[in-house]
Amino acid sequence: MSSIGTGYDLSASTFSPDGRVFQVEYAMKAVENSSTAIGIRCKDGVVFGVEKLILSKLYEQGSNKRIFNVDRHVGMAVAGLLADARSLSEVAREEASNFRSNYGHNIPLKYLSERVAMYVHAYTLYSAVRPFGCSFILGSYDQDDGPQLYMVDPSGISFGYWGCAIGKAKQAAKTEIEKLQMKDMTCRELVKEVAKIIYIVHDEVKDKAFELELSWVGEVTNGKHELVPKDIRVEAEKYAKSLNLKGIIRKYCTNQVCKALRDLPRKNHFLKALCVYGSNSGFLCATRLLAF
Amino acid sequence: MAAVYMSANRSENAFSTVDLVPEWAQEEVSTGTTIMAVEFDGGVVIGADSRTTTGAYIANRVTDKLTPIHDRIFCCRSGSAADTQAVADIVTYQLGFHSIELDEPPLVQTAANLFKQTCYRYREELMAGIIVAGWDKRRGGQVYTVPMGGMIVRQPVSVGGSGSSYIYGFMDSNYKPGMTKEECLHFCTQALALAMERDGSSGGVARLAAITEEGLERRVVLGNQLPKFSNA
Repeated sequence: MSSIGTGYDLSASTFSPDGRVFQVEYAMKAVENSSTAIGIRCKDGVVFGVEKLILSKLYEQGSNKRIFNVDRHVGMAVAGLLADARSLSEVAREEASNFRSNYGHNIPLKYLSERVAMYVHAYTLYSAVRPFGCSFILGSYDQDDGPQLYMVDPSGISFGYWGCAIGKAKQAAKTEIEKLQMKDMTCRELVKEVAKIIYIVHDEVKDKAFELELSWVGEVTNGKHELVPKDIRVEAEKYAKSLNLKGIIRKYCTNQVCKALRDLPRKNHFLKALCVYGSNSGFLCATRLLAF
Repeated sequence: MAAVYMSANRSENAFSTVDLVPEWAQEEVSTGTTIMAVEFDGGVVIGADSRTTTGAYIANRVTDKLTPIHDRIFCCRSGSAADTQAVADIVTYQLGFHSIELDEPPLVQTAANLFKQTCYRYREELMAGIIVAGWDKRRGGQVYTVPMGGMIVRQPVSVGGSGSSYIYGFMDSNYKPGMTKEECLHFCTQALALAMERDGSSGGVARLAAITEEGLERRVVLGNQLPKFSNA
């Protein structure tokens, strides 16, 4: 999978002979172990969706939030080591607050993400500290700039996006996001799509229960970043579940062939071959499988 | 008689320098002053007189009290000449730095807030009444007044300095929202002329500037060309 950087990976202040800083790469792996978070920018706002895995039935519903408010008009969705992410959200809050105190207006998101990215980068320079093990997506809506979306990763770089994903299923999520025409969508339409994407990328085999955390900021909220109201979230989840074919198959198909097919990687070539030889009920399920 | 009384006091203090240096050199250099700024659709017009005094002596009769802070943002200075120059230099530096960080021209509101921060923090040491005016892409022409003490408020038209007291009535009765640039320039010229006529600390020439998206246009109205309101 990846080369072990023997000897060159002990501190962030060492380069390897092929020019890599392994500690930073390991930090990015820590992000990949965490569950997925996505952010999409549409024409009148930004929507965040986080797949919050529930590790214990004893957790209070709605606790352990992964979406933070950095300023009234700025929200932050995180993936990776939660403790690192919380401390960075405090850094972002201070930056935004100081900016408003000094200059008298809302902090532009490009500037905020650059400042926080610089802070994250500083921790990749020294051996006395370790890099932050979290990535985060910042989103804001401003009367003058419109909706903005930026992502910062542990190496300390930040880019602006129309849609981005972080965490374990980021590749699958990115593929789904690319299918959307987000520039023409409104926030209300986008909320449903974000919920759908999270449900699609959620791995039911490895991770059982999850809670969907949705938040938005845009014209629909008058520029205030807040969690999506319960009724809209419930509606979005209903929409997402209805389109989740994989989930339907898992739930309803008991045929042995389909069970085997279900556990194969999605784009496996055997899929098409096996479908032809299934029994009647197996053939029915196979048609559904072919559909995605 | 006053001189006799004074010397009786002075003899008590053997090391006083009051006899060696003339009185005017002991006074602080003040931009006694009339300054004003007006918003119009598409920019602002700012104006000031040109007199700097140390006591009764006019140290500079052609002062430029309209100081650029950035390409499209100016400030009108009144109060102590040294204090206002120092604060203006500080804000020019801070604003230039901020503008480069943001990678876009700064907002007038930002400049005004920077003035306020300094004027409020050092309010006990400073004597500075400043009007910040300019144009930016987001909100067009804006005028913010930062009087002594460090308050900030946005106003469509604002006057300041010692000569301003004489023209509040003129301003209230003659300002109309929706004036054009030329009307604003005419309004400012008249107001400054009236103030310079009555205030001893204001005089010289009237300096005006119009700031718009396209740029800056400066004008000077010389003393003999100022509008006359009396026949004398």
